[in-house]
Amino acid sequence: MYQTTYVRASSLAEAANLLRDNPDAKLISGGQTLVPTLRQRLARASHLVDIVHLAELRGLTLEGDRVVIGATTTHAELAASDLVRQRIPGLAHLAGLIGDPPVRHLGTIGGSIANNDPAADYPAAVLALNAAVHTSRRTIGADDFFTGLFETALDPGEIVVRVSFPIPRRSAYEKFHQSASRFALVGVFVAVLADGSIRVAVTGAGPCVFRATSIESALARSFTAEAAESAAISADGLNSDIHGSAEFRAHLVPVLAARAVAQAR
Amino acid sequence: MAQINVKVNGRAVSKQVEDRTLLVEFLRETLGLTGTHVGCDTGQCGACVVHLDGRAVKSCTMIAAQASGSEITTIEGLAKGDELHPMQAAFHRHHALQCGFCTPGMIMTAVDLLRRIPHPDEATIRANLDGNLCRCTGYHNIVKAIAAVAESGAGV
Ligand SMILES: Cc1cc2nc3c(=O)[nH]c(=O)nc-3n(C[C@H](O)[C@H](O)[C@H](O)COP(=O)(O)OP(=O)(O)OC[C@H]3O[C@@H](n4cnc5c(N)ncnc54)[C@H](O)[C@@H]3O)c2cc1C
Ligand code: FES
Ligand code: FES
Repeated sequence: MYQTTYVRASSLAEAANLLRDNPDAKLISGGQTLVPTLRQRLARASHLVDIVHLAELRGLTLEGDRVVIGATTTHAELAASDLVRQRIPGLAHLAGLIGDPPVRHLGTIGGSIANNDPAADYPAAVLALNAAVHTSRRTIGADDFFTGLFETALDPGEIVVRVSFPIPRRSAYEKFHQSASRFALVGVFVAVLADGSIRVAVTGAGPCVFRATSIESALARSFTAEAAESAAISADGLNSDIHGSAEFRAHLVPVLAARAVAQAR
Repeated sequence: MAQINVKVNGRAVSKQVEDRTLLVEFLRETLGLTGTHVGCDTGQCGACVVHLDGRAVKSCTMIAAQASGSEITTIEGLAKGDELHPMQAAFHRHHALQCGFCTPGMIMTAVDLLRRIPHPDEATIRANLDGNLCRCTGYHNIVKAIAAVAESGAGV
């Protein structure tokens, strides 16, 4: 790891100021992506600004018809939360499938969505559930947040503060593990929102999480596993690597969507 | 330099180290606690698992400064004097190790598992070892050792 200076921020404002004054500083939340990257010298940071201890970024609360989750909530906390398990079971299930227990004890939802790994799990839930990302500056809707490979709508120095999920009628997530990394080879999140609209989001298959609109339309006609499985997904532009071809990933999307429909509650 | 104030295996420790020092380097090199191992560069093998405020974490995937203010337990902190922790004794009894390189991390992960889920079934034990790689045993005897401790109720 290159030299760096560690700073434990004492407020959100202090963290934001440190990022503004030091363009090569980086936030550190759970560190489960950042520390391995720094360790391998794939990245460097003049400062590591630790936000894990900030009260403003914590919390898991019910606010009207939404579940609001602080950015530093760990995968393990979210998976074990009675509130999330009851109101958005697909989201709790997803959090429990991320990585392994030690990774879940430190990794956070804010770090995961800010990083937007093409095979990360949370982006599928944020997009399918039409969540809102509240930052230190504004609120960004799910459809605008994930913009490309490891790219988001966050500006330099902008901090994810919390993610607000509207409570759906039903939700489920199905993940086909890439067995070496435990990330998603393909993951599909199916949600029936409170107004009855259906959203299906796919991670792992393409360079960035996306909505499978052909499956959404099929499910709008008939919310059944058969309908999901009969929708076709094109392999054009999907990821191809030693773990699976683009065609294999395209094949998995409707299969996993069908399983998710069968599980949705 | 970063000031690290932690409690390691019940003993308060105060040291100054470079900010970039990983927690595992702090434990092994600064404190000489070499029971915690390093088996990879990517945070995937689990040889370095320790308990941070009672939860299993990978000490190679954390810088020491992040841990300041916390309590840490390493493999050296499990036994009571000459008496092995029940999980250590079970690994011994069930031949759950060959070269032993993965063993400290396996045991720390296993103790954490039984704290969260006192009576896991076999599938749950295996799923909870997702982050711990063993190149020797084929895992069967590790799973047996953990199941035996769970059955005896002596896990924590
Ligand atoms: C062995 C292993 C297996 C894994 N398996 C999976 C898996 O199956 N599925 C999966 O989805 N993930 C997986 N991960 C990644 C893990 O979920 C990470 O926790 C997550 O990607 C990043 O969260 P973090 O809190 O650790 O972020 P950090 O590593 O601390 O930060 C990641 C990036 O986000 C930025 N950042 C952090 N917090 C904020 C914020 N609040 N606002 C703005 N920017 C911020 C940081 O500056 C950094 O650039 C795995 C990781 C490991 C080591
Ligand atoms: S050395 Fe920590 S996970 Fe491999
Ligand atoms: S006993 Fe050799 S790696 Fe597990």
